[in-house]
Amino acid sequence: MAQYRKRPWTFYVLAAFFTLFVLFLYGPMLAIYILSFQGPTGGLTFPLNGMSLHWFGALFEQQRTGDFAGSFTRSVLLALLVMICTVTFSVMAGLAFRRRFFGSTAIFYMAVASLVMPGLFLSLGIGLIFRVIGVPTNWYASALGAQLTWTLPFGLLIMFAVLSRFSRSYEEAARDLGATNRQTLQYIVLPILFPGLIAVALFGFTLSYDEFPRTLLTVGPGNTLPLEIYAMTTTVTSPALYALGTVTTVVSFVAIVLSLGSIAVIQWRRGGRSRK
Amino acid sequence: MKIPSLAVPYLQVAPLALVLLVFFGIPLVTVVVVSFFDYVNFQTVPAFMLYNYEEVFSSGLTVTLYLTMFKYAAIVWAITLFIGFNVSYFLVFHVRSLLWKIFFFLVCTVPFWTSNIIRMISWIPVLGRNGLVNQTLMSLGLIDEPLDFLLFSDFSVIVAYVHLFTLFMVVTLFNSMARIDPAILEAAVDAGASRWQVITQVVIPLTKTGIALGSIFVVTLVMGDFFVVKIMSGGQSSSAVYAMWNEISMLQYPSAAASAVVLLVIVLLMAAAILRIVDVRKELSG
Repeated sequence: MAQYRKRPWTFYVLAAFFTLFVLFLYGPMLAIYILSFQGPTGGLTFPLNGMSLHWFGALFEQQRTGDFAGSFTRSVLLALLVMICTVTFSVMAGLAFRRRFFGSTAIFYMAVASLVMPGLFLSLGIGLIFRVIGVPTNWYASALGAQLTWTLPFGLLIMFAVLSRFSRSYEEAARDLGATNRQTLQYIVLPILFPGLIAVALFGFTLSYDEFPRTLLTVGPGNTLPLEIYAMTTTVTSPALYALGTVTTVVSFVAIVLSLGSIAVIQWRRGGRSRK
Repeated sequence: MKIPSLAVPYLQVAPLALVLLVFFGIPLVTVVVVSFFDYVNFQTVPAFMLYNYEEVFSSGLTVTLYLTMFKYAAIVWAITLFIGFNVSYFLVFHVRSLLWKIFFFLVCTVPFWTSNIIRMISWIPVLGRNGLVNQTLMSLGLIDEPLDFLLFSDFSVIVAYVHLFTLFMVVTLFNSMARIDPAILEAAVDAGASRWQVITQVVIPLTKTGIALGSIFVVTLVMGDFFVVKIMSGGQSSSAVYAMWNEISMLQYPSAAASAVVLLVIVLLMAAAILRIVDVRKELSG
């Protein structure tokens, strides 16, 4: 405990436990990143038969691994769309939920139910509706909607956490000084909440980019990347599968680093300004 | 333009509510309706019959399937709760510097933002017959033959689930523990509580929201799982959702819908049972 001068023995036990946990989390992932650089004659397991970029090249031979480039582009575009909708809609809803209004509990429970809903259930339902109204399913309408049922509740929960630390007195002060609603939102609320918005964006992007069951029956003719990877697990028995894993993780990491980096910069600047 | 202030929350919540209504509410109703339909020669025919449900409940396969899923859910829940509690406890109460706390917390959450499928298949080269674990154990001379139970077994299914879902426990428990005022713990210690009593009588009751939320995540994710059981058991066992997928690929939409409704009712009952213990919304906004 923080107030003890000397570390109790439990500290060392838990520190060891934590280290093992981190190893458990990252160990296997590191294994496949390393194996994706397997030489051309290498197999699916260690040891490495030389190092090469051979299997990354193999990703672009279409007949071999399916439509990698197409599904990759589709996934990124879809993730960006989902991200924009998630941020806009959940921030607005989060602001609304600061007051109790008629129907707020119902909407909250609908969001929670949407979160715990088995993904394939929704996929089936949305697929059926699109069949009934005779519109072919596609990634930018049916899959977008399906993924939003998963990212919006997450966004809303994060907004609850963000807003619980946001004091209404800032808004009141702005209004007292004569700011209009729009000005209050633009110059006071959104800038203060900005790090939280980045967190929502990160969730929106990554949850969509990796989503599987909700997309399965709603995506239409072109696959997204996770569907492509899933198909590969049954057909491809070469390290190309690992190469794909490495590529997709790099994209996730870029998103993570950009978001966390910008949050850190904002917080650091704020700290700096208040110190002056 | 002046918007009456009463209407503001409704306008703000409208986009989210509309999306959920169209892509969650209506599909939900559709699936329930279709579950009563008939299907003849691969065609779905509107009807009202309970045959699809009779089929689900009378099949011995369904029972086996759900028993397996309950078993996985219970084991994974217990393991993730144990790991989640200890990891969060360490981060919140033992790591003193705020920067390290944030850093370690991020270390725990980063894998959550990467692909689940990739994280799952990354166990194959580790646990396989020629995998890292077997190679290490054999080179150490601890075993002569590779261990077969490591991959494509209940063991690998549970390892994969724990790997994928522990983060939900860590994040939710961390969040509730971080709100505990250290002064309360100090007071308990001053009043003569042992370390164990502090944990069982102070920390656990104060983190029950986190435990409840984490449990809902883990249990519903395991129950709604699509591919982990299928791939990590090597095709030996199947999940409820995968069985549903088989029906969908045979175009038997009504019976798939009935299985889906049964699964949903079970998942919602489990979530409701957990929510009955804790009022999550009150604790979240409070």
